[in-house]
Amino acid sequence: MPFIPHTEEDVAEMLASIGAKTIEELFDEIPKELVSDQLTGVPPGLSEMEIARLMMERATKDGFYQNFIGAGAYEHHIPAAVWQITTRGEFYSSYTPYQAEASQGTLQLLYEYQSMMASLTGMDVSNASMYDGATALAEAALMAVRSHKTSPRILIPQTVHPVYRQVVRAIVSNQNIEVVELPFCTECGQILPESLENSVHEEFAALVIPQPNFFGVLEQVDALTDWAHSRNAFAIGMVNPTALALLTPPGEWGNKGADIAVGEGQPLGIPLSSGGPYFGFMACKNELVRQMPGRIIGRTTDLDNKEGFVLTLQAREQHIRRSKATSNICTNQGLMVTAATIYMSLVGPEGLRRVAAQSHANTLELVDQLEKIKGVKRVFSGPIFHEATLTLPAPVAEVLSKLKQKGILAGLNLQEHYPEMGNALLVCATETKTADDLHNYAEALKQVLS
Amino acid sequence: MLIFEHSRPGRRNYSQSPTTPVTKSAIPQSLLRKSKVLLPEVSEMDTVRHYTRLSQKNFSIDTEFYPLGSCTMKYNPRACNSLAMLPQFLSRHPLAPEDTGQGFLACMYELQEILKAVTGMAGVSLTPMAGAQGELIGVMMIRAYHESRGDFFRTEIIVPDAAHGTNPATAVMCGFKVVEIATDKDGNVDLDALKAAVGPQTAGLMLTNPSTLGVFEENVVEMSRVVHQAGGLLYYDGANLNAVLGKVKPGDMGFDVIHINLHKTFSTPHGGGGPGSAPVGVAERLLPFMPVPIVAKEGDTYRWVSEKEKPQSIGRLSAHMGNAGVLLRAYIYVRLLGMHGMHRISQFATLNANYLMAELRKAGFEIAYPNRRASHEFIVTLKDIKDKTGVTAMNLAKRLLDKGYHAPTTYFPLLVPECLLIEPAETESKETLDAFVKAMKEILLEIEQQPEMIKGAPHTMPVRKLDDVKAARELDLAWRPGA
Repeated sequence: MPFIPHTEEDVAEMLASIGAKTIEELFDEIPKELVSDQLTGVPPGLSEMEIARLMMERATKDGFYQNFIGAGAYEHHIPAAVWQITTRGEFYSSYTPYQAEASQGTLQLLYEYQSMMASLTGMDVSNASMYDGATALAEAALMAVRSHKTSPRILIPQTVHPVYRQVVRAIVSNQNIEVVELPFCTECGQILPESLENSVHEEFAALVIPQPNFFGVLEQVDALTDWAHSRNAFAIGMVNPTALALLTPPGEWGNKGADIAVGEGQPLGIPLSSGGPYFGFMACKNELVRQMPGRIIGRTTDLDNKEGFVLTLQAREQHIRRSKATSNICTNQGLMVTAATIYMSLVGPEGLRRVAAQSHANTLELVDQLEKIKGVKRVFSGPIFHEATLTLPAPVAEVLSKLKQKGILAGLNLQEHYPEMGNALLVCATETKTADDLHNYAEALKQVLS
Repeated sequence: MLIFEHSRPGRRNYSQSPTTPVTKSAIPQSLLRKSKVLLPEVSEMDTVRHYTRLSQKNFSIDTEFYPLGSCTMKYNPRACNSLAMLPQFLSRHPLAPEDTGQGFLACMYELQEILKAVTGMAGVSLTPMAGAQGELIGVMMIRAYHESRGDFFRTEIIVPDAAHGTNPATAVMCGFKVVEIATDKDGNVDLDALKAAVGPQTAGLMLTNPSTLGVFEENVVEMSRVVHQAGGLLYYDGANLNAVLGKVKPGDMGFDVIHINLHKTFSTPHGGGGPGSAPVGVAERLLPFMPVPIVAKEGDTYRWVSEKEKPQSIGRLSAHMGNAGVLLRAYIYVRLLGMHGMHRISQFATLNANYLMAELRKAGFEIAYPNRRASHEFIVTLKDIKDKTGVTAMNLAKRLLDKGYHAPTTYFPLLVPECLLIEPAETESKETLDAFVKAMKEILLEIEQQPEMIKGAPHTMPVRKLDDVKAARELDLAWRPGA
């Protein structure tokens, strides 16, 4: 029997010990009318060889493409050691470290992760992860409203990932929190800090500041952070972790730094894999730690005064506080954080800086080459990190479809989320792209447009 | 030793990141980082050794029996991992066009259909990224359903006192008031208390069945009738679906919305605390409110269903479609097991639990609900032992670690004093269960002979009992150089 070790003798001995004649008898407390032994719709089992063949056929069907789509999920090189260590059974098949003494591996790793993320974001403390970037942002909004106490309003610029805005709305609307969307400058692709003072009159709990924003453009984070603080609101930085190797971290924005930093952790060693599992990260200032949701690991000592690690501040969490918890989150994304921690150790500060710098340079180079094609123009004048928004002289869907036939996924069509922008395309070239790749893309686009 | 303590300035791995420094940059000086990033500067070998050694400090299913009640720690087949990690699956961008993901989408569509079949629900969405998110999405749909009918006065969610903490926490996140109801002496929800609690203010009832007490709710049909008659909906927390898979379908028990923890019943890895995955299933009347995206099939083609086609959808709850890689592992698992394998899961999980319960009872342990069958788990209470010797459930749990067994769940459910919630899972052999019973007997003897030794357990782990109070009072949540 697949994955069941019992022999017939075992079953007989076990039933004898229980005092039952058949396994079926063990279900005798279930009302008869509920029992249905029919599982029509479930196909018969396959052998490992058969399922391997099926999955390989399906994977082959999906194939490989040259990918220039970013929009929240970024293709980076993942060192071989990352997933070889991450999928060791001791990490892969353990559970939430409730028994601290038997989980020091996972607990220490999470403490190291928290340390790395706190430094990367420039914040005091990090939690042990959230589900993904979008839900991390929603939890940050809830956390800001809890901490602010007087305003249930969150300001989110339209330069924030449109799907993230949908997720935030879906989650926070249950708690009567109002989400106010802020327009951006259609010329530079940024939120203009000077425009906010006169357009925002009501009190609010927090301003979300994306860096870089959905269009790849870098925001004026210092002025935005200071403006939020001048209105007695929190500043929530939503950041790309790779970019932080080059860019001022949220903890150092403006005069006092952002209060909460969140983002999508996928760029740190997690494969694209159709959208998940990824992980969200969340870090904050010391003052807010008791309002932070999710698991938090602390360093402490044992009876012999030896260093060890435990889940701490559990009084915030659902398994202790039940209806008064800071969030209902229980399981987070432990294994993804394991991979991210190993990734950050392997690339180190200089490696991460190089990944960021090369991705930035590749995108600049790609944009330079594409802008030489007639009718292709950058939409926004603001500085960028590793993504750019372009306008094409033809319908984007058609262009993308033709380039796909050449094996290139040439970017994300912005038609769905920003129809007012016309034929707009979001492109990204990470460090995984060579000079030839960039050149081939430009040549292919030129052909398609001619 | 922390990874940071292996760090030496200037040491790095040259092959794993871009090898030639770049000069091209257009980032304004004012936005550039001035502070150092405190990532370790270590070699690949240092990293591999450090994290391999850390892994060896973990208990895991692959290395120890892990009878953690309510968590269904069953074996995670290797094929599920290696086939979900085929390079084409890993490299597929979530926003890549549908026609470049027909293989992946076919797996997702079939998983939706199989989950519908095993739960008896009308629709399934694969979006939720963990059990608690499944609950959130489920309760959001309950709210959306009532509101769509202009029924704005249903402000309460009823939750049994034995429920997982996520149930009440979820109800609150959805803007509901929580009404807790008691359990009767046999471990069933107190039916009279339920009848007294329901009314026009009832939005729904959240129920785990079999419950976290390890018993089947015998009155589930009547409970369903009572709640529905009051106009409320029934939520099924699928945490214990493993116990009844192929026996009873939540849809047949009258549930309107359910979540299924794939990391429990469908053997996806727990990963040291995630990633989870908890598809939600709904009855006919909740179909319009399901979260997107959902995978649809037209002819031989698979595609995403978005908000535009489901205007009443509660929306999106993740940036893409949840934990896709976990869903692939679950798909591979259900195809390996097939129809008969699904039936056997609950049969052998129940056999193992009842056998272990019988053997522990014979060994002298007190069973919390001795007159009931175990589902796939059961509760031992150490109340008498504690009264006589001062040895607690926590002490026993820690002593089990010394004997090479992960501890059962302790102090949950909250209503049974000094409890151990024990779930062996179907993948364990009789020999393993017998060896566990032997260890438990040894501990019983030790409790009599050397209670102080037990109170100081564990003795053989990498660390001894850790100071939780100090951890919470003198917060040390991140390493800093020189600290």
